[in-house]
Amino acid sequence: MASITLNHLVKKYGDGFPAVNDISIDIADGEFIILVGPSGCGKSTLLRMIVGLEDITDGDLLINGQRVNDKAPRDRNLAMVFQNYALYPHLTVYENIAFPLRLAKGKHSEDQVNKLVTEAAATLELTDHLQRKPANLSGGQRQRVAMGRAIVRQADAFLFDEPLSNLDAKLRGQMRSEISQMQRRLGVTSVYVTHDQTEAMTLGDRVAVLKKGELQQIASPRELYEHPVNLFVAGFIGSPSMNFLPATLEGTTLRTALGDITIPEDKARKAAGKRVVLVGVRPEFFEDAKLVEDSKLPHGSTFTATLTHTEWLGNEQYGYINFDPAPEMRELLNSLARDMDADELRPQVVVTLDAASRIRGGREAEIWLDTRKLHLFDAESGENLTRDAEAGAALTLEAAEDRAEEIATAQQADRDGSAFGGGASGNGASGNGTSPAGHTTVDAGTRSGGSSAAGGKHAAG
Amino acid sequence: MTNTSTRNKVLWAIATVLVLVYALFPVASILATSFKSPSDLTNGKFLPSSGTATTSNYEQILVGDAQGLFLSALRNSIGISLIATFIAVVLATLCAYAIARLDFPGKKLILTTALAVSIFPVISIVTPLFNLWRTIGLYDTWLGLIIPYLSLTLPISIWTLAAFFRQIPWELEQAAQVDGATTWQAFRKAIVPLALPGVFTTAIIAFFIAWNDFVYGISLTSTEAARPVPAALAFFTGASQFESPTGAISAAAIIVTIPVVLLVLLFQRQIVSGLTSGAVKG
Repeated sequence: MASITLNHLVKKYGDGFPAVNDISIDIADGEFIILVGPSGCGKSTLLRMIVGLEDITDGDLLINGQRVNDKAPRDRNLAMVFQNYALYPHLTVYENIAFPLRLAKGKHSEDQVNKLVTEAAATLELTDHLQRKPANLSGGQRQRVAMGRAIVRQADAFLFDEPLSNLDAKLRGQMRSEISQMQRRLGVTSVYVTHDQTEAMTLGDRVAVLKKGELQQIASPRELYEHPVNLFVAGFIGSPSMNFLPATLEGTTLRTALGDITIPEDKARKAAGKRVVLVGVRPEFFEDAKLVEDSKLPHGSTFTATLTHTEWLGNEQYGYINFDPAPEMRELLNSLARDMDADELRPQVVVTLDAASRIRGGREAEIWLDTRKLHLFDAESGENLTRDAEAGAALTLEAAEDRAEEIATAQQADRDGSAFGGGASGNGASGNGTSPAGHTTVDAGTRSGGSSAAGGKHAAG
Repeated sequence: MTNTSTRNKVLWAIATVLVLVYALFPVASILATSFKSPSDLTNGKFLPSSGTATTSNYEQILVGDAQGLFLSALRNSIGISLIATFIAVVLATLCAYAIARLDFPGKKLILTTALAVSIFPVISIVTPLFNLWRTIGLYDTWLGLIIPYLSLTLPISIWTLAAFFRQIPWELEQAAQVDGATTWQAFRKAIVPLALPGVFTTAIIAFFIAWNDFVYGISLTSTEAARPVPAALAFFTGASQFESPTGAISAAAIIVTIPVVLLVLLFQRQIVSGLTSGAVKG
């Protein structure tokens, strides 16, 4: 168990290009941190700097308050799960998991090794496969072996480098919930790199959004979603992503390509003085005007638009509205799209409608927009003008409290339900009767895995 | 579906048989000749004439007149080839590891030099080498053959191993380091087991090159102290000056083929294909 402090970390390669530029993060003991960003943002480099596989050009890396910049990976006592598993093909599953224990010569007797490996295997449902070679395992099993190698020794922290990106969608959902539960049960500090925002949102206590080697924002998933600090974070987090509408502000009226929108005075005041702003609207801020309750109606603004088409998903439906931005705005939107790995941002607004809505493509329709929630962004700097930093910080604080509670509950449940995973979590409980407890917990994992897999599918749609 | 696969199998079988016959006929011919008596050599048939098959050729080289010539040559060949192979493989492994793993100036230069060395025709080096060896006293010694053999085996070993090492998932080494291994342990426990098949393949190739060499063997030796088998065969004589030693040479040729066959059979087990599969997601 450990806290990790990243203090103005910089990584420059030979050509002077900073792959990681001045990143500072404090990772508390037991916290689950996600590093997320488009490809090439330096998230994997940062992870490899923490584990010691990349040199640190500048800045300090502290584990438990001790500077470890110059320590070799083996002296940092961190466990890492690689994207492509990196299993030793000539060793059996058993020996793969036992590998770190065998390296720590003299620390473990043969009996201890056997006990630890058996426990780790039981936790990961690998007991039947211990004598097989990695080549004969499925992708999910290989992934679990890689995980077993990490949990078998009492590492100070787990580092995950896109561990699920090679699995199919269903398995990914299942493994995601297993990782989440395992982390809570062991209460071990974890850093997890991903480009998948479903993983980022569901797993992380806090999520660090990176762009071109720079930290954009680090906050709880909810704060990122509700109070993004700038255009990039707002556009990157959420699926379908936030709509950006160029607008000119006159008093409390936004003139947009979709028509005039009246916004609350406090928001207008924050953006006062800016002539051109980008309005950030999440798809779910829209609704079919006919289906909005009368009491809510005054909190928003209604406009007429023609949808090109709609997609009905069962629980909701997506509608698409094309608009024609001014040329200088189009350039701004395109550069934003490039930042986020897309070629070109289509001047299109995605709206989420109630599944019961009868609005269909090609017809004019009345759409209501909840103006209380929308964000205004500075068109030049991309800064969120209407961000409520205090409310955001409160959300992240809440998440931290939730985490502490969850870890306590998970570990309590662990103690109650015999010694399941006891060896790995280091509470020294006996290894007897691991199997029944193991089954109940993993069953729970599979069930919630199923539901979050469905969630993932929904987000992808 | 079944039809085509059956036809395919038949075609493959025919092709295999053709290749086998083409490759093995000379060997079979030598084998048959080695059992012919001197007077039967010119019988114009593939097999010895009936009733005259004899093992006298083998007796001659193993326990008879040519024993001194052949057995010492066999000892020289085995010793020199094994030592040359061992040194070549050790050096080439280290070199190829560096080439595949590290970025250092002159990497290209090493590879091109290795290639350039192997391009030189052996026959053009042998005369200067003969003079040099005589002067410094390496002529007709084991070392005097091992050194030129290294010049033959090292380049090909470096190239083969470098190509092989490049395909090893080096992430394993990093994984091992994170798991608590030192750089050396990571290499020994994660990489060497994967590299071994490549090393064995290279060793076999290097051994063949050294084993088969004739030009250095005949030019740089003069006595039984260092003369290898291919060179020794040239010194065989018949029972009288009117008899050709064809039978004895054939018998010797068969005997020197045996270690090669044994070696391949022995190492074939080590060359397990697909050993690296399963390490990383393909």
